[in-house]
Amino acid sequence: MGRYTLRRLLQMIPVFIGTTFIIYFLVWAVPGDPFAGKCGERDCPDAYIQSMSEKFNLDDSVFVQYGKYLLNLVSGDFGETFSGVAVSELISNAYPVTLRLAVVALIVEAIIGVTAGIVTGLRKRGFLDSLVLVSTLFLISIPVFVTGYVLQLVLGLEWGIINPTVSSDATIGELIVPGFVLASLSMAYVARLTRASIAENRRADYVRTAVAKGLTQRRVVGIHMLRNSAIPVITFLGTDLGSFMGGAIVTEGIFNIPGIGGLIFKSIQFKEGATVTGLVVLLVLVYLLMNLLIDLAYGVLDPRIRYE
Amino acid sequence: MRRPRWVPGAVLATSMALVVTGCGGGGGEGDGSGSGSTDAGITVFNTEPENPLIPGNTVEVGGGHVIDSLFTGLLEYNGDTAAPENAMAESIESPDSKVYTIKIKPGWKFHNDTDVKAKNFVDAWNWTAYGPNATQGASFLAPIQGYSEVHPKDPDGASGPEKAPVPTVDKMSGLKVIDDQTFEVTLAEPFSVFRTMLGYSTFKPLPDAFFTDQKAFEANPIGNGPFKFVSRVVNTDIKLTRFDGYGGEKPKYKDLTWKVYQSREAAYPDLVNNTLDFMEELPPNALAGELYKSDLGDRAIEKETLNNQTLSFPLYQEAYKNIDLRKALSMAVNREEITQQIFQGTRTPADGLLHPLLPGYKPGGQCGELCTFNPTKAKELFAKSGFTGTLKILSNTDGGHQEWATAVANSIKNTLGVEVVFEPATSFGDFRQKVNGRQMSDMFRAGWVADYPHPENFLTPLYSTGASSNDGEYSNPAVDAKLKEADTAPTEAEGIAKYLEAEKMILEDMPSIPLWTQNTVAGKSDRLKVAKLHPFRKLDITSVEVA
Repeated sequence: MGRYTLRRLLQMIPVFIGTTFIIYFLVWAVPGDPFAGKCGERDCPDAYIQSMSEKFNLDDSVFVQYGKYLLNLVSGDFGETFSGVAVSELISNAYPVTLRLAVVALIVEAIIGVTAGIVTGLRKRGFLDSLVLVSTLFLISIPVFVTGYVLQLVLGLEWGIINPTVSSDATIGELIVPGFVLASLSMAYVARLTRASIAENRRADYVRTAVAKGLTQRRVVGIHMLRNSAIPVITFLGTDLGSFMGGAIVTEGIFNIPGIGGLIFKSIQFKEGATVTGLVVLLVLVYLLMNLLIDLAYGVLDPRIRYE
Repeated sequence: MRRPRWVPGAVLATSMALVVTGCGGGGGEGDGSGSGSTDAGITVFNTEPENPLIPGNTVEVGGGHVIDSLFTGLLEYNGDTAAPENAMAESIESPDSKVYTIKIKPGWKFHNDTDVKAKNFVDAWNWTAYGPNATQGASFLAPIQGYSEVHPKDPDGASGPEKAPVPTVDKMSGLKVIDDQTFEVTLAEPFSVFRTMLGYSTFKPLPDAFFTDQKAFEANPIGNGPFKFVSRVVNTDIKLTRFDGYGGEKPKYKDLTWKVYQSREAAYPDLVNNTLDFMEELPPNALAGELYKSDLGDRAIEKETLNNQTLSFPLYQEAYKNIDLRKALSMAVNREEITQQIFQGTRTPADGLLHPLLPGYKPGGQCGELCTFNPTKAKELFAKSGFTGTLKILSNTDGGHQEWATAVANSIKNTLGVEVVFEPATSFGDFRQKVNGRQMSDMFRAGWVADYPHPENFLTPLYSTGASSNDGEYSNPAVDAKLKEADTAPTEAEGIAKYLEAEKMILEDMPSIPLWTQNTVAGKSDRLKVAKLHPFRKLDITSVEVA
């Protein structure tokens, strides 16, 4: 297991270099001049463009630019934005917020989704089952921005339970509603995934054995059935953390959350290669680590899976 | 609480809400604490400053708001009329529009308790103008004698391989400190507008501390304005507090927080909810169908601001060299109807190139029938031009331009019976790049926001040959000569009269269609008893009174 983990960690290095280059290259290839709209209706002064081009190596080829960027990155320097703000500062401001939002969303998704899935999986074709099926269908079919605006309007402005937008501290409490919005779609998938998985395992031999041994219903479902049914669900949840972090742009926009989704979007627009790459690199790391964690979790959940 | 009706519009406009991101995310406590109203704090909408907070390097709105609260220049523009008034200046005198003797008021201090002296202005201007410092505001100092020595031209432009030569001197010869309170500015040639320009942010003073340690200054800016710097969280907010040693009229509240929002759309619910105290311009989805009226009621503030909207002709395209076509198009736009139906009267049909708030503006304007909807005359001129084919209107759509551009296209189409289509560009940057590259195939949107309240600012940068924002490549030697004559007029009044003559001449050539000038709709919270919108489309920070 230790060696397996080490091997996986080492594999991350080429993946890391490959993805950073691809991202850097893609931002570089976005058409447009970064200084075209930067100085309002008038053009930027020549001296300004020149010194910026020099500072950010914009006159070099993309390979040289990337090489210089990577060298700085290895020494821990994420570079600067065109506004002269350190990218590391942006990251340290935005990442914790986004991580909190993603974790809140993940918890909401897991608790509601898995519970609904178990309940309906065990009692198929009941009233509750139909209710969950219909409501998940509803959630899947409405876009996130509708859910977001409706909740903001109803909870924030009509009933006044929450602030319509999130404050700069973005505490866990404030992030519950945005987290719910972000999780709403995946929640529906998790519920359906769990339901199918539970329903399938309910008729498995090992469940019958467990029941025949005289175990309580609680133990049969909670330990034997859930552990085996959890594998597809865990896979889904794990990759979802990554997509919550990078894909929260709509939710962030509605609730004014200072996270990385909006930051990446804006940086792409302004061709801030260093910023985009810095932000995305960390996202890639989150994905890789989550995948590793999921793989390791398989071994824990299902003793038949062994890593050498 | 009134039922907010902005949501349907908000939902429709979401895609735009996410595109119009001039700023980063942010949060912050909206409501200030404090017992009395004079100790209260207010939170105001802002976009993320694009550069470090140095006056000479700030030409955009987000940074400009902060700079204006941190620094006070020689002049300030009046919050109602936009007229320049002495702030730090005791007097600005010039017998010939070439040599200006500027006296500053004694007793003003920077936030670090050093005195503001004449040399602080001179040093700041020299720093801004110096080529290798690569400031964005350098060109505003170009009229001063010796500018071309400290800021040599790049021989082949910014994109060319050759670099601008390193200047041999770092101080402009036209700036001379006489004593602690007086300095003298000599211009390369007479320029009657110079006095009015002095209110612009590039002309603000810098403390000595800036020159000893620029990095420390950027992290903790020191100004001489009504507010001093407290803290800044990038993409979130900038906190300022009242400077008790301020030499001018002190604000009637204590703390000022410039809060950065992802977009105006994201900030609007906070304004409705009274969490945000002021937003100087409401988002398009709040203006659509006048939703803001039911959401904000008497908290909405409408005021004429110094910007206009025009459609410029690419005179480098053969088809548009035909003056009859240009005039026909101008007369085919029903400005009255469009400003009423699309903007619910928050725009005023343009009657010339100048803005009504400018000194010298004549009521009724100078455009006359050329800017008046006249289908018969338009058809006549159009027939005379002999144009056949399809016309296009080009604009970026990330600033709420799609609706009116389509309306203008329809107006021309219905009047002249010619096919007119609106062709959108996705982003302002993309659009500006094509404009700069002279790739406009048809007439294109060209808005102008005043830098300083003077007719010159609405004419010279836009219509003199080869000027920085003359994007349609309009050129008329007679106009150039008239503008030059106006520039060098010995007094301001004579200058203004000449600028008006130049405006008339330009309008006769119709290089761009004046469409309308703008009323901006701002919003304030219940907590603010008084909050004025400045003609420069910003909060008049000294006017605020907290209830």
